[in-house]
Amino acid sequence: MAGLSMASSLLPLSSSLSIASRGSSFSCPGSLSFPTPSPGLKSQQRGALTIRCVRVGGVEIPNNKRVEFSLQYIHGIGRVRARQILCDLSLENKVTKDLSDEELISLRDEVSKYMIEGDLKRFNRLAIERLKEIRCYRGIRHETGLPCRGQRTKNNCRTLKGKKVSVAGKKKASR
Amino acid sequence: MTRSLKKNPFVANHLSEKMEKLNMREEKEIIVTWSRASTIIPTMIGHTIAIHNGKEHLPIYITDRMVGHKLGEFAPTFTFARHARNDNKSRR
Repeated sequence: MAGLSMASSLLPLSSSLSIASRGSSFSCPGSLSFPTPSPGLKSQQRGALTIRCVRVGGVEIPNNKRVEFSLQYIHGIGRVRARQILCDLSLENKVTKDLSDEELISLRDEVSKYMIEGDLKRFNRLAIERLKEIRCYRGIRHETGLPCRGQRTKNNCRTLKGKKVSVAGKKKASR
Repeated sequence: MTRSLKKNPFVANHLSEKMEKLNMREEKEIIVTWSRASTIIPTMIGHTIAIHNGKEHLPIYITDRMVGHKLGEFAPTFTFARHARNDNKSRR
């Protein structure tokens, strides 16, 4: 019975936890508290209740890494911010799958304070579009796909220019 | 390194004087300037400033979205030499 009540409390979370339940999930009451099958067996286990990933901030973050590192899978959260979040919550840096429900909720609240994922990408895109629209130097550089912070372009800057393209008919300088 | 906020954005004296005069009389005319390093400030909005690019003056209409940029950013000093794609084929 205790197991059933737990299950009902878990149900509203199902959208955010992405539970894949097949067959009888109430077979073993132990699995209901926070069922974490060993990661290797995850794909083979079909009957049991399996939780694939934890969703934080609209993205799935890997289960079998410590929170500090799995948070970094979210666009907009890097090493510093992930550590800052843990500090602010005074959360222990444990493996993500070991997090309790309350901890997860508080983690989500904390993450939602920052500008992440789609919002951040849109913010950046609009900033670049503004530069292009007013036709300033940086905007023009963005359009031509060249670095806009004064780097040299004689060589390097391959990130922006892409793979090298050989120019046909170009002679080597004769001595 | 960014300029100290205490000093306010840099605008060349001769340019700011001209702007003030124009704003006093509420006239609009093209201001010719060589000062590419001057920051665009809100008083310049709506004016047309001809910015020197080393060779000639390019008239730029200042809009409110340009505030905070430098004048020089809007008058490119060089044209990028591109490879003509079809030249080689026609020659051969």
